Amino acid sequence: MGKTLFDKVWDSHVIEKIKDGPDVLFIDKHFIHEVTSPVAFVGLKNRNLKVMYPQKTYATADHNTPTINQHLPIKDRLSAIQVKTLEKNCNEHGINFWGLGHKKNGIVHVIGPENGITQPGLTIVCGDSHTSTHGAFGAIAFGIGTSEVEMVLACQTIMQQKPMKMKINVEGKLSANVTPKDVAIYIISKLSSSGATGYFVEYAGSVFKDMSMEGRMTVCNLSIEMGARGGMIAPDEKTYNYIEGREYAPKDAEWMKAVNYWTTLMTDKDAIFDKEYNFKAENIEPMITYGTNPGMAIPISKSIPKANKSESKLSYKKALDYMEFSEGDKMIGKKIDYVFLGSCTNGRIEDFRTFASVIKGRKKSNTVDAWLVPGSHKVLKSIKDEGILDILIESGFKLREPGCSACLAMNDDKIPKGKYAVSTTNRNFEGRQGPGARTLLASPLVAAVTAITGEITDPRDII
Amino acid sequence: MAYDKFKILKSTAVPLNIDNVDTDQIIPARFLKATERKRFGDNLFRDWRYSSDNSLIKSFPLNNKKYNGKILVAGKNFGCGSSREHAVWAIYDYGFRAVVSSFFADIFKNNCLNIGVLPVQITESFLSEVFIEIDRNSRNMFEINLKNQEFKITSSSIKERFKISTYKKSNMSNGFDDIDYLINKKDQISAFANKLKY
Ligand code: SF4
Repeated sequence: MGKTLFDKVWDSHVIEKIKDGPDVLFIDKHFIHEVTSPVAFVGLKNRNLKVMYPQKTYATADHNTPTINQHLPIKDRLSAIQVKTLEKNCNEHGINFWGLGHKKNGIVHVIGPENGITQPGLTIVCGDSHTSTHGAFGAIAFGIGTSEVEMVLACQTIMQQKPMKMKINVEGKLSANVTPKDVAIYIISKLSSSGATGYFVEYAGSVFKDMSMEGRMTVCNLSIEMGARGGMIAPDEKTYNYIEGREYAPKDAEWMKAVNYWTTLMTDKDAIFDKEYNFKAENIEPMITYGTNPGMAIPISKSIPKANKSESKLSYKKALDYMEFSEGDKMIGKKIDYVFLGSCTNGRIEDFRTFASVIKGRKKSNTVDAWLVPGSHKVLKSIKDEGILDILIESGFKLREPGCSACLAMNDDKIPKGKYAVSTTNRNFEGRQGPGARTLLASPLVAAVTAITGEITDPRDII
Repeated sequence: MAYDKFKILKSTAVPLNIDNVDTDQIIPARFLKATERKRFGDNLFRDWRYSSDNSLIKSFPLNNKKYNGKILVAGKNFGCGSSREHAVWAIYDYGFRAVVSSFFADIFKNNCLNIGVLPVQITESFLSEVFIEIDRNSRNMFEINLKNQEFKITSSSIKERFKISTYKKSNMSNGFDDIDYLINKKDQISAFANKLKY
C-alpha cells in the first residue's frame, strides 16, 4: 500500500515505536517564545540537564511584547521579566535568540518561513498550537505543551501517538474576493471546531495548488481550529521558489540534494486516508464568524442560523448571548468598533498588500479604531519599502510594530469590554481579544471594507 | 516533573455542562505571564468565576459550595484552542486529578497525561447520566480505577471503560513522565540525528 505525504515524513522520523504507546519522534526544528518556555527551562535545571541540540531551537519574543515604542523598556513588569527570562535562558544554553528590536524578530510562525528555516519534509514543533502554519511547506508541524518543550530541549524528541489521516480536497476556482482565509473558515464551519480532532490533515486539489505560499500558510494555520493536530500541503515549484535564497535555506549542492528529496514528498496514488472530504471552490463565499468558536461561521451575506444538532442548545445560546446576537440576525450592516489586521494567520506581507489595495483612495471610517500589526520586522520593512505605509497613512490608518498583539491580548492591545472587532486572527473565543471583547473572524478583505464603512460589509459590494 | 501516582480516585465531582470549553476560558492569556509553575489554580476559569470587579459569580459551579471534589465533569470537546499547558496546571493546582468528558481536544489531552491529570473519555449518553447524577445529589461519589480503566457511578455501580495506552497508564500509575524514559535513549537519538537525510 502506498504512503501519504504525512506517513512519509512521520515514518522517517520515528526512532522507536512503543507497543501500545507513542512513537518516539525526532524533531528537526524547534521554535520557542517567552510564554510557554520558561517552565521548561526550570524543568531542565531541576533535572540538571543541558539542551541536547541548541542550534536546532530558535527563540523569539512575540506574545507579550508591546506594539508601540518597542525601543523603550517593556512597561508591564511581568511581561518584561518573561522576555528577559527567555533571553537569559537562550544565552545560557546557546540558543538562537531574536528578541525585541532584532531584525529577525516577529511572530514565531511568520519568522520561521521568511528566514527559510521552515522546509519540506521536516518535523517542526513549538509550544504554540498554530505551529500548524509551517505545514504549508510540506513539513509536519504542530503545537506542543510545555512538558514537551522540555523534552525537545533535553532530547530533541517527543513521544506521541501517530494521528489518523484526513484528506480535504477543494477543487475548482475560487470566485473573486474569496480568499484563503475564507476557504479555511468555510472548511471549519463544515467540519465544526472539533471535526478533525485526532487527525492530521492533507489539503489537496486545485484550489491549494493555485494558492500562494502565504495563502497556504493561512489555511494550514487554521487547521487547529477544527481540532486537527496540523495540516500540510505537498511541496511544489512554488514552495521551492519561496525557500530558495533565504538565509537558512540549503545552498548549492545541498540545495540540489534537498530539492531532489522534496520532489518525493507527495501522497502515493494508492495511499489510503482514514477520512476524506470534498468541497467545491464555487460554493465558497466570503465568510465571517458570529459565535464564540471558529466553527460558528457563515457566508457574510447570510443570517445567523438556528442551533444545529451537534451543538447543545445551552452552549449555542451562551455564545449568542455573549455576542449579543440573535438567531436570524443579518451580519451585513452590524456596527463594528475595531478592526484588527495581523497575527500569524493574516499578518504577512500579502495580507497588507490586500488590505492596502482596498483602502487605497478611500478613507478610514471615523467610528472604527483600526490596529494594523505586521507579523514581523521583515514584513514591516516590506510594508515601508513597497510604499504600503504611505497608502495606509493617506487613508487615515496607523501602523504598529510587530507582535501577536490583540490576537490574544497578553500585551496592552486589548479590545475593550463589549466592543465588536472584525479581526483577521484565528480565535473568537470569549475574551480572547480582551475580557468581554467580541470577535468576528474574517479575511483581510472583509477587514478592509469594514474599516472603511464602520459596519460589516460584503467586499463584493465595494470592490 | 514527577507527579502524584494515580491508582484509584474516589471523589465527588464538579459539573461544567458546557461544550467546547477552550483553554482561553480555562485560563485567560493575561495570566500566562509567570516564569514558574505556581498558583495557576487561583485563575482557573477566571472570567467565569469572577466579574470584572473581582466579585464572585455565584451561578458558576466552582463557586457553588455544594460542588467540590477532585473530578471535573465537562461537556464535549473540552480543552480546545491553544496548546498552553498552563490550562492543565491550573486544573491540577486547583485540586482536580481527573477530567471527565465525552470528547477532548488533542493537545490538551496530551498535556493532561504529561502532568498527571487523567483525561477520562466516556460516551455521550453516559456523560449525560453523570450530569443527572450530580444534579440529583451533589454528594454522589464517583470512582476512577486506572488499573481496570473504569469510571463508575458508585451509587448505582453503573460503569464504563475508558481508553488509555499501556505506556501512559504505566506512567500515570507510577508518576513517571516521558523525559524519564527519553533520557536513557540519548545514544540512540544522536545516532539517528547523524544519519538524517539533510
Ligand atoms: S499571532 Fe496569535 S495565534 Fe499566532 S502565535 Fe501569536 S498569539 Fe498565537
